[in-house]
Parts: sequence; C-alpha cells; structure tokens
Amino acid sequence: MDPLSDIIIDIRGMTFSRGSRTIFDDISIRVPRGKVTAIMGPSGTGKTTLLKLIGGQLKPDSGQILLEDDDIPRLGRRELFLARERMGMLFQSGALFTDMSVFENVAFPIRVHTDLSQDMIRDIVLMKLQAVGLRGAAKLMPSELSGGMARRVALARAIALDPDIVMYDEPFTGQDPIAMGVLVNLIRRLNQALGHTSIIVSHDIKETLGIADYVYMVADGRVIAEGTPEQLAVVDSEQVRQFMQGLPDGPVPFHYPAPDLMQELLQETP
Amino acid sequence: MLDWIQSLGHRTLSRLAAFGRAGQLLAQSLIARPSPITMFPLLVQQLYFVGVLSLVIIVVSGGFIGMVLGLQGYTILVDYGSEQAVGQMVALSLVRELAPVVTALLFAGRAGSALTAEIGLMKATEQLASLEMIGVDPLRRVIAPRFWAGFISMPILTVIFSVVGVWGGAIVAVDWLGIYDGSFWANMQHSVDFNDDVLNGIIKSIVFGAVVTWIAVFEGYDCVPTSEGISQATTRTVVFSSLAVLGLDFILTALMFGEL
Amino acid sequence: MRMRTMEIGVGFLMLAGAVALVVLALNISGLSLANQGGGYRVYARFENIGGLTARAKVAMSGVQIGEVTAIRLDPKFLVAEVEMRIRDDVDYLSTDSSAQILTAGLLGEQYIGITPGAEDENLKDGDRIQDTQSALVLEDLVGKFLFNKVSE
Repeated sequence: MDPLSDIIIDIRGMTFSRGSRTIFDDISIRVPRGKVTAIMGPSGTGKTTLLKLIGGQLKPDSGQILLEDDDIPRLGRRELFLARERMGMLFQSGALFTDMSVFENVAFPIRVHTDLSQDMIRDIVLMKLQAVGLRGAAKLMPSELSGGMARRVALARAIALDPDIVMYDEPFTGQDPIAMGVLVNLIRRLNQALGHTSIIVSHDIKETLGIADYVYMVADGRVIAEGTPEQLAVVDSEQVRQFMQGLPDGPVPFHYPAPDLMQELLQETP
Repeated sequence: MLDWIQSLGHRTLSRLAAFGRAGQLLAQSLIARPSPITMFPLLVQQLYFVGVLSLVIIVVSGGFIGMVLGLQGYTILVDYGSEQAVGQMVALSLVRELAPVVTALLFAGRAGSALTAEIGLMKATEQLASLEMIGVDPLRRVIAPRFWAGFISMPILTVIFSVVGVWGGAIVAVDWLGIYDGSFWANMQHSVDFNDDVLNGIIKSIVFGAVVTWIAVFEGYDCVPTSEGISQATTRTVVFSSLAVLGLDFILTALMFGEL
Repeated sequence: MRMRTMEIGVGFLMLAGAVALVVLALNISGLSLANQGGGYRVYARFENIGGLTARAKVAMSGVQIGEVTAIRLDPKFLVAEVEMRIRDDVDYLSTDSSAQILTAGLLGEQYIGITPGAEDENLKDGDRIQDTQSALVLEDLVGKFLFNKVSE
C-alpha cells in the first residue's frame, strides 16, 4: 500500500529564511496519517525549524503548511492555539517546567484545556505516566530526573491530551544505549497503541530508520531523497550514501573552505 | 570612518528594534485577555519571589543608610548649631530620593537579574516554546504575573525602606548622639509633607518598579538562548535598569520638586 | 505546602507595607487625621514675609496653635497676604491681636507669632489681623545699622 495515500500534513513549496540565509528553499513534504515519518539530515539543516514551522511558532516566507484544511501560517491567534491542541511536541531538552513536579507537568495541559475534576485528571496523568513507565516518579521534581527519564516525562506530557500529531525533536540525542532503546520502543509502541501520527526529526540513522515508515532526507534546504527505509537504502546518490553510512568526507566536505595549506603556511604573518 | 558610521547606524537600528520589541512585549502581556482566576496564584508566587525574598536586603540596607545619614547629618549640622534638624534631613532625603532610588537599584540587582536569568533559562530549555505548543500564551502565563509582581512590590519595598531608614537615623541621632527626641521627631514631622514628599516618593517608586521589571522581563524574553546569552542579558538588565532609574529620577525630581 | 509558605510570606509583605505606609503618614510626615480640615481661617497682610512658606507654624508664646495655609500677593495693597489656619480650641484671640514674622534661632525657619490684645471680641473665621510686623530681613537690618553709624 502506498504510504502517501492519506495525508495529514502537507507542506507545499515552502520557503523560509533567517536573515540572509535561506534555510528551506521551496520545500514540499507530505506526512502520512497514523504513520511514523522521519525527517533526517545533517546538523544545521533546520530540522528543528521545520517542527516550529509546523507548530506555527515561526512563519514561512512563502508556501503553505496544511494541517488537513487549515493553513497554519494563515491562522489567527485563537485558531492557531486550537490547532496546537491537536499537536504534542517533545522538545530536544524535554522542556519540563522546572517549578512543577512530574505529576503537575503532565497534568498541566489537561488543566489548561479541560474542566475535568481533580480525580479524573489524576487518573489520566497516572495512566500516561504508566505508559512511559514512570508512574513511580510522579512526585519527583524535574531536577531529580535523568535525561532519559525527563524525556519520557515530556513524552507523557506531549500525549496527555491524546493529540493527533506528536512531533519529536531529536529524541535520541545524548542518550545512553539503554535509554535510547527505551525511547525507540516507546515511540513505536505509542504510535501503534494510540494511532496518532508521529514526526521524528533526527540524525541518528539506525534508531530512526528502525521505526520510521517513511523518511525524508533534507540537506541544503531541499529534500534530497524520500521513501521507505528500504527504498532509501538503495538510493544511488553520493549525498545520501555519505549520510547513511557516516562517511567523513564526501559531498559534505571534511574541510571547511580554506586557501591551500602550503600557501597559507608559507605566507608571512603580517 | 565609513565602517564606523555604518556600525553605529547598525547598532542604533538594532537598539531601536529591541525597543520596539520591548514595547510590543509590554502591550501584549498587559492587554492580553486577563483571567484573574488563573492569574492570582501565579501572581502570589511571583510576589513571593520578587517581593518577599527582597525584603531582607531592603531592610538591612535601609537601616544602614538611615544610620549613615544620621551620623553624617549630625556632623555637618552640629557646626551650625542646628543638629535638631537632623531628623528632617534624614527623613527628607530618604522619603524623596534615597528610598525610591536605592530600593530600585537593589531591586534591579536582586529581583531584576533573577527575573532575567529565570526567563532566559526557560527560553533556553524550550519551556517557553513548550508552553506555546501546549496552547498557553507564555506572555500571559510567564511574563504578565512577573511584571505585575514587580510593579506591586516596588512601592511596598520603598515604603518599608523609608521607615526602616528613618528608624535607623533615629537610633543614631537620638540614642547615640543624644539629640532630644522631641525636637528630632517634631522637626521631621513639620518639614515632611505627606502629599509633596511621601506620595511623590511613592510615585517615583511605582515608575521605577515598572521600568526595572519591564527591562528585566524583556531582556530575559529577548535573550539569545545560550548560557552566554543569558549571562549577557542579566548584565544588561542590571546596567540598563540602573541607568534608567537614575535618569528617570532626575526627570521626576525636576518635575516634582524643581521649579522648572 | 510550598504554596502556603508563599501565601503567608506575601501576606506578611503586604501587611508590612501597609504598616510602613501608616508610620510614614503619621509619624514621619506628621499627617494628623484629627487635624485635617479643622480650625478657622485668619488673614494678615505683611509688607515683607521674608522666608515664610506655606505650612510654617503659627505660634503663641512659642506654642504652636496653627499653620500657614497659603501665601499670595494682594494686588490692591501690593503687599503679601498670608492665610493661616488656627486650631478650633484656640478661640480666645482678641480682634486686636498682632501677628509678627519671627525666626527660630538665628538662621532657622520663619514662623508667625501671635500676641493677643485686650479687646473683648475674639477673632472668627475669615477675620483679618490688622496689626502686623514684617519679617526681620537681615540685609535691611545691617543696612540700617550702617546708615545710623554714618549719620552719627
């Protein structure tokens, strides 16, 4: 079955630049509903920026970002906040509120957006924490958690309102192998169990390809390759191969542009 | 030379842009749909951090400054045989000038820098972005309560500073230097006017409170979200708010007491 | 529990602020609630008020009985007119009392001294003290003294 038959987010011809630097140049990305979509690429290609654009925290210079029928950049403040209620986002650092306990962190979106009773909120929070395996840590403060645990709590918070879309910003960066395994497993399992759409932004090839249904590879502001992980493995492109295999030199050069070494060495210092 | 003009122009423009963003921040966080029910607990929390935790430094500084004023005033006035006027001197300098200005400077150092660092850290750790994604406006949730807390705390702290200062001056002048306490207080009460002196001092402190918190909150919200960026923003808060306080103090004094 | 400490702390701050404001008003600026608006007004014209200001005290035999509320220039007589407020309980100043601008100490502040006269009728609200003596202006005094010396 074609994974792109049912689209939830459709980015069409979007251009975004920061200052004089163009980060995305007429890029088009389609995210299939209910699947895990990965957006991969070398550091500094604006992958996090892409998530912020989808979340409406940044506005593109041109182009459309369609969430079903809503064009995110053109929504008013109120509609944008409504659209965001359908999204959960796991930030790179976890972004837990440091002045609240783990329980309160997960309860926060529920308290803000619903009028549920304290008992109901408590039940939901404990269930979400159970799902990420941290029900026992409900009373701890974020400063008492390890990096991996903080990210799992943040994940519980991101799914607290059962969003349609969950966005993961570099979920595996800086994790030890065990925490990484736990997160990979969790993302896959939650995606299946809750049926939401997942977007993962990452440069950890092995882990990401292991759970992704569809992959976009982004470099220099463009999509350089897309397809299922199997399709990508056989793409005949030097750029893709360098990234997939982690080669030190290739289209992304090892050396930062510089004049010839011998010439610079022989030059007299002014 | 041309480079220098160019960079000057560039710096001026970026300062101007920052000023614009600061105004925008103020407008958005204050005009933002008020919701007193959720706001109140947040406000209490911020009043605690901004106001209550600044109380000790305010009381201690106020006491010492009052005592120094008492001593200095006495040594000067005793030459003219009018050491009874020391009460008047202590009270007037405190109520009109020193209490609002010194409180604002201490407040910038104690609470302002903490506000900047806290908000900067929330930005760096993506807590602000995360609030936005949860669908909560960080201006209303984070910025507005802090702004109001600073705005409310400053006049209270200033009034406390004045009273403690006068009391410190009285200890030195009356208890140690032996000025007759009747003339100390009578002189003071006769020369200090509630409307002209006390209320004007409070008005000053309200203005200072608003400006210092505004600067602190803006620098935090607008900082570069790295550890270096936060430390620079904290420094800027203290420097800018101190300069703003001293400059505004001159303008306000000229308007209130000067015969311009 | 943490919230509770905060609430107590903030409550304490508010209370301390309120107490401080009251102390500032009553003890330091001498704002007396009972004094406000009471008393009756009396006017006096002076040729020269010297350094007299509003809120200067009005005293009899050195005891304060009121204060100066306003000073203006009388355009008809071209002299200063001083409005003062005398305490209600001091209702025994005769109509021929005299007012004098005095100086506390050699260089101290100036105030108005009232010396009662002998009439049976007493001053009422809005009355005018006719017998006044202007402020002692040091320069004039020195000038007169020198003039006398020369003419001797």
